[in-house]
Amino acid sequence: MSTAEYPGVAACPACVATPIAIRRAAKDATEGSRELHLSLPTIHCAACIQTVERGLLAREEIEDARVNLTRKRATVRVPATTSDEDVVAFIASLGYEATPLDSATLSVGEADRSARDLAMRLGVAGFSMMNVMLLSVAVWSGATDATRDLFHWLSALIALPTIVFSARPFYTSAWRALKVAHLNMDVPITLAILLAAGMSLFETISHGDHAYFDAALSLTFFLLAGRYLDQKMRSVARSAATELAAMEAPTALRIGENGAETVSLKAVSVGDLLLVQPGGRVPVDGEVVGGASELDRAFLTGETDPVAVSVGTEVKAGEVNLTGALQIRATAVGENTLLHALADLVSMAEQAKSKYNSLADRAARIYAPLVHILAFAAFVFWLWMTGGDVRHAMNIAVAVLIITCPCALGLAVPAVSTVASGRLFKAGLLVKHATALERLAEIDEVVFDKTGTLTKGTPQLITKLDPQVHAIASALAQGSGHPRSKAIVAAGRDLDLPSVTVTDITEQPGMGVQGLLDGRAVRLGRAEWIGVEGESTTILDIDGQIFALQFEDALRDGAAELIAGLKAMGMPVTLLSGDTTAAVSKLADELLITDWQAGVLPQDKAEVLREKAAQGKRVLMVGDGLNDVGALALAHVSIAPASALEATRVAADMVLVSGNLSRIIDGIRTAKSARSRILENFAVAAVYNMIAVPIAFMGFATPLAAAIAMSSSSIIVSVNALRTK
Amino acid sequence: MEVLSLLIPVSLCLGAVGLFGFFWTMRSKQYEDPDGDAARILRTDYDDHPAD
Repeated sequence: MSTAEYPGVAACPACVATPIAIRRAAKDATEGSRELHLSLPTIHCAACIQTVERGLLAREEIEDARVNLTRKRATVRVPATTSDEDVVAFIASLGYEATPLDSATLSVGEADRSARDLAMRLGVAGFSMMNVMLLSVAVWSGATDATRDLFHWLSALIALPTIVFSARPFYTSAWRALKVAHLNMDVPITLAILLAAGMSLFETISHGDHAYFDAALSLTFFLLAGRYLDQKMRSVARSAATELAAMEAPTALRIGENGAETVSLKAVSVGDLLLVQPGGRVPVDGEVVGGASELDRAFLTGETDPVAVSVGTEVKAGEVNLTGALQIRATAVGENTLLHALADLVSMAEQAKSKYNSLADRAARIYAPLVHILAFAAFVFWLWMTGGDVRHAMNIAVAVLIITCPCALGLAVPAVSTVASGRLFKAGLLVKHATALERLAEIDEVVFDKTGTLTKGTPQLITKLDPQVHAIASALAQGSGHPRSKAIVAAGRDLDLPSVTVTDITEQPGMGVQGLLDGRAVRLGRAEWIGVEGESTTILDIDGQIFALQFEDALRDGAAELIAGLKAMGMPVTLLSGDTTAAVSKLADELLITDWQAGVLPQDKAEVLREKAAQGKRVLMVGDGLNDVGALALAHVSIAPASALEATRVAADMVLVSGNLSRIIDGIRTAKSARSRILENFAVAAVYNMIAVPIAFMGFATPLAAAIAMSSSSIIVSVNALRTK
Repeated sequence: MEVLSLLIPVSLCLGAVGLFGFFWTMRSKQYEDPDGDAARILRTDYDDHPAD
């Protein structure tokens, strides 16, 4: 950290604060300001916060700026006239990457509120548990008669309101399950808490010696802690996923009477004229009515090579416009677009996935009835033994219910999932679906898409050119935004090229670039434009001299390690691509993948996945295109890279935020480790119950024993969760 | 044992102070940006306009 970023302490804080406060007040008075949310992925330290905030506030037009380091976001208040681009450019000049986020997509009020609500209940339960525990120590150490009653009454005073307030999530969930005649984990929990509290109150009133207020409270506290962890973990993943969505607000450029204006995608109707700028995405299905360009269809079909389009060509939502501006007339919007048809597929698959039985569900299904039967058996047994002493029998039944209650079980899964998801989040893998981690641990086969998944989806020049020729190509390509032009320039950057001057460069959208070199015509572009043979090659024509340039798709970082790692794990790898046979076989050879198919249509991909599922295979599907959506949704578990379209990311269970593919290996390893930790935790809980239940059943369980047993098993389970690698 | 009549209310009051402190931190959204708060405390200048 440089000292320049830490100016000395001001003589008095107010000297700095007052003028700023006055300025802010003055600005607040001006109408028409708006709030702008920005994602700042690269901020990481105190100095970063300071640089960004001070830099922004130093600008006259910016009214307020606040950085949130946890979410890596900034909220900036600017006048309505200031554009997002200005602020982003300014932050870039401070040395930080910034992306504007769509405020509407970002509104996370609901999840935030429920998290705060849970935290509040947890805090209250924690406070009450500690106080009642302290009061109980007096009883455990032998207080009798009036003193004991006093402590019991004090405990009741604290415990009863807490039980009403803090344990409410359990009551509502149990009630919801009972209404549809179903038993979930919350039914025995609710029963235990309410019975323990009721029984203790009765004992207190009738001067009894056992009260379970502390047990009822610690039960509430531990289980709430589990629930809170669960909620926290999901909200982290959800907020990261919404942030990805908010980065690409669905808008279109509509050509109206006053020129092009940005409108929300929802406002576009069939027949509207839309403008698609080079580099922009086609917003709706339509037909080209003006301009010519090349489109990148990789997302839709997996083809790497750009496709030329001109007036009359049909275009689909999701395609990327490469060179020239296009005017399109919308032919299908909203529910009728191809994109939306895919979304239906996804929701169907979601239903299938919600039927997946997680380990916790399976455990609960065995556990919940067992607990009730045991407690009831204890009650009947002691009623018969004591010849009708309801009070004694009830006391023992409550003890059994408390001891068996799934404290450890309620913590076992959330604690492990939280640790594992946190690990994966740091590694750049976002777990979106609640059971995705468990499903990832079960996979025995992996299917990959090619373009944009194993490869970057951007071309790389592989033809070796003479430096003089390359220099001419670079000079021509310089001004073009076409990915192949960029690749030529990028390849030339590392070479020591002679300097050449090409003048009068003009770009023919959808065709190529031409210019003059010392008065001679030079052209770079599609073969048919130059007038020579060659399907997908780019041709450089220097006054009649023809050079063919070959490109290939660059591998994503870590792709080779990923495939090698999966092989080492003994997992069969399949490559399904919509691209040409030549391109796919070349990549498969490079990565040593033996099982591959080229030219696969989207429905065929889905069909392959369906077949594998029918054979009982549990497949991990990794893909980024819209042509993969069906397959992603059908796979046992699926991962999409962050570069994928929103529709694809929605379909996938996990999103790979990191640029390095080999993180998937880490993900699988963590998931397996998490699964074995969960199973271990279940084993711990089972052993604990095997020891504790007979003791409670025989009537030897005192409130002290219950408190010790419950706390120790919860702690063992939590510590074990931290071992997740 | 008379001391109990003093000690118990005192301990409960102290606990309640902690509880209300917790309520206050929740209400004033102090858990929104834990990483940022941890970093901001290291700054040498005055944080002249904390989050609302």
